[in-house]
Amino acid sequence: MLTITDLVKVYPTGQSALAGVSITVDKPQVVAIIGPSGAGKSTLIRCVNRLVEPTSGTIVLDGVEVTAMSRREVRKVRRRMGMIFQEYNLVERLTVMENVLSGCLGYVSFWRAYRRNYPAADVAAAFELLDRVGLTGYQDTRADALSGGQRQRVGIARALMQRPDLLLVDEPTASLDPKTARQIMRIIVELAHERGTPALVNLHDVHLAQSFADRIIGLREGKIVFDGSADGLNHQVLTDIYGEEDWSTTVVRPKGVAPGDRPKEDIEREAAAG
Amino acid sequence: MSAPATWRPPSLVPNPLYRYGLMALAGGYVLWSVGSLEVDWNRVAQGFPRAGGILGRMFPPDFSRWELLLRGVTESVEMALAASFVGMIVAVPLGLCAAVNLAPMPVYLLARSVIVFTRTFHEVIVAIVFVKVFGFGPLAGVLTLIVASVSFIAKMVAEDIENMQPGQVEAIRATGASFPKVLIYAITPQILPRYLGVSIYRLDANVRHSTVVGIVGAGGIGQTLSASFSRYDYDFSLAILLTIVALVFAGEFFSNWVRGRLR
Amino acid sequence: MTVGEHARRYPDVWRRFTPRQTLVRYVWYACIVFVAAWSLRNLDIPWFYFLDAHVQVADLVSRMFPPEWAFAGQVLDPLVETIHIATLGTAVTFVIAFPLAFLAARNTTPNALTWFIGRFILVTSRSVNTVVWALLFVAIFGPGPVAGIWAVAMRSIGFMGKLIAEAIEEIDTGPVEAIEATGASRLQVLLIGVLPQVLPIVYGTTVYRWDINIRESTVLGFVGAGGIGIMLYSSINQFAWHEVSVMLAAILGVVVVSEFVSATVRRRIT
Repeated sequence: MLTITDLVKVYPTGQSALAGVSITVDKPQVVAIIGPSGAGKSTLIRCVNRLVEPTSGTIVLDGVEVTAMSRREVRKVRRRMGMIFQEYNLVERLTVMENVLSGCLGYVSFWRAYRRNYPAADVAAAFELLDRVGLTGYQDTRADALSGGQRQRVGIARALMQRPDLLLVDEPTASLDPKTARQIMRIIVELAHERGTPALVNLHDVHLAQSFADRIIGLREGKIVFDGSADGLNHQVLTDIYGEEDWSTTVVRPKGVAPGDRPKEDIEREAAAG
Repeated sequence: MSAPATWRPPSLVPNPLYRYGLMALAGGYVLWSVGSLEVDWNRVAQGFPRAGGILGRMFPPDFSRWELLLRGVTESVEMALAASFVGMIVAVPLGLCAAVNLAPMPVYLLARSVIVFTRTFHEVIVAIVFVKVFGFGPLAGVLTLIVASVSFIAKMVAEDIENMQPGQVEAIRATGASFPKVLIYAITPQILPRYLGVSIYRLDANVRHSTVVGIVGAGGIGQTLSASFSRYDYDFSLAILLTIVALVFAGEFFSNWVRGRLR
Repeated sequence: MTVGEHARRYPDVWRRFTPRQTLVRYVWYACIVFVAAWSLRNLDIPWFYFLDAHVQVADLVSRMFPPEWAFAGQVLDPLVETIHIATLGTAVTFVIAFPLAFLAARNTTPNALTWFIGRFILVTSRSVNTVVWALLFVAIFGPGPVAGIWAVAMRSIGFMGKLIAEAIEEIDTGPVEAIEATGASRLQVLLIGVLPQVLPIVYGTTVYRWDINIRESTVLGFVGAGGIGIMLYSSINQFAWHEVSVMLAAILGVVVVSEFVSATVRRRIT
């Protein structure tokens, strides 16, 4: 599905963000990318839809090389990749509905977009998504009147409106409180599983990654230092990723519960403890 | 050790040499500038009694030539309206070109220099050049106001675009939208309220400026005012001045009202 | 879920605005266009002038170039005078506008009458353009820079007074309350509680207005109130475009430099 090979990004300032990253995602799974600030998580995700131009390396999505595309082709391939942002990045002065429908901007003509005249099927799909993310009845509210959690729900709906083949999720919960963060992660993971869409999710919260991801990739200074399941996160691995620290409280986790659908009480107890 | 018995607040310029130097410089400048002005002090001294005389002749204001007055005011308002409308439209492409985060470097530099160049020259200078090219009358006035409006609104639009939140634009780009779609969907909603506000403000400013471009013959009430001064019709001048003040008031009130409603 | 079920569960039409709202908006657009078009039509603009406008402009530019640089020496004195008019005018403004602002701010004015007087002076000052003030002062003091200085000052009083008064009205009331609580006199409260809060804005506004006044002073000469405008006006009237271009270049330089100075100073004090 998605193959990233030897991806390198050096910013014009000389700052090196990615130093040869290779990732293969060959089945619909939620991949959490964890690592300290500045490890290159955001750069990696933005290289995939080329909001950031990689310096070298290749990215192949469903057999097509994204890195070799012209600007026009990039716009087309971006329609197949839904993106969710840390700061939600809603167009604040537009209504919730306009924001969700902006997910199909790549498919409608300029004139239709200007008149906000979207195909009936898209409008119905948007209503369904609003329902699905728990924002029924909010279609005419302006985005700047929403709370953080509500905004992120709109952001999720917008990304899924694209009917994406891949979800790119950049720190979706970093601006939210712990409870909302879990709700948002659960919606993302459930929707990704439901629709069979692989997702790359940047997270800086190790707990969230352990609870919700099928696979975890640890990034440090632009290099992959860990790639495996949540069970593989032990003291040594976390030290490799983040550096020396007492990781004992982080490593301990209940056995025998599949990631993403543990009992609610459990999660809340953990949130309170962590 | 005893505590010091005096305390003075730290000065704005800590170094005393600098401080007194600056003071001396300021004093010296005033002496130099006042001394270098070529002033006929006798004539200035006569000014105060003359001011009394002029004021005396201004009262009561003479509104008997109200038709002339009304024609001038109407022309001023029409000039302001037409110029604001044209300026508002022309300013959009120029403003887009002058935003460093949208336009390619050469286009940006060109657009910025056009804005700096047109902003530098006072409306009256622009007006007199247009009068020399197009002759006396409101055409020169309208063109002057258009130039001023375009450069003012374009500068504001460019600054707004430069200050907008890049995240919203990034998100829309990430959906695969082309530049025109990003423009209507992510940029327009962010700058539209300010753009309308600035345009309305410019209408109000144009009303004010339309009263002076007439002094060099570019039409409007200013022309009438200038003529009345040169004919020493001070009572008519006062009537015109009062009308201008009323007009400016009305313009400002209207502008505030609309901007208040725009949110 | 089939398509039919889907359609029943979720509406497939969504409109940002109701038809009525849309109609109202278009009526507004139509009104604006109509007013603008009507204004343009009423001005009786001789459109055929535009047919050869590019020829006229090209002609003008060719007359302006090359600028007669030998003329630059004569430009220097009036240019310096222009700057003097702006600076002295701003200084006069500062002296008058500063106390006036305290009169025109609701929280520092002694009573309703003084507030009204303060506001009235500020509004009158702002409603009349510098050039119009200059007309008046030339009639009073005769032609020359004194009329210019007063014209600049009269117009600037309203501008600076208004901004400073607004700053005074928006100060943090906490410190003022604290100073009042110490038993300080009214004047002491102004001095210790209010003044430090508004001083940066006072300085900033002064420098900003000085920069605007430089621009204004370049045209005062058109009505005889001194500065480079006198020379510019006579050169334009004599169609001496190659001299005009020298003066325009000089004005461009001075205005750009003053704008830079003003922006730098304001950035450093606020």
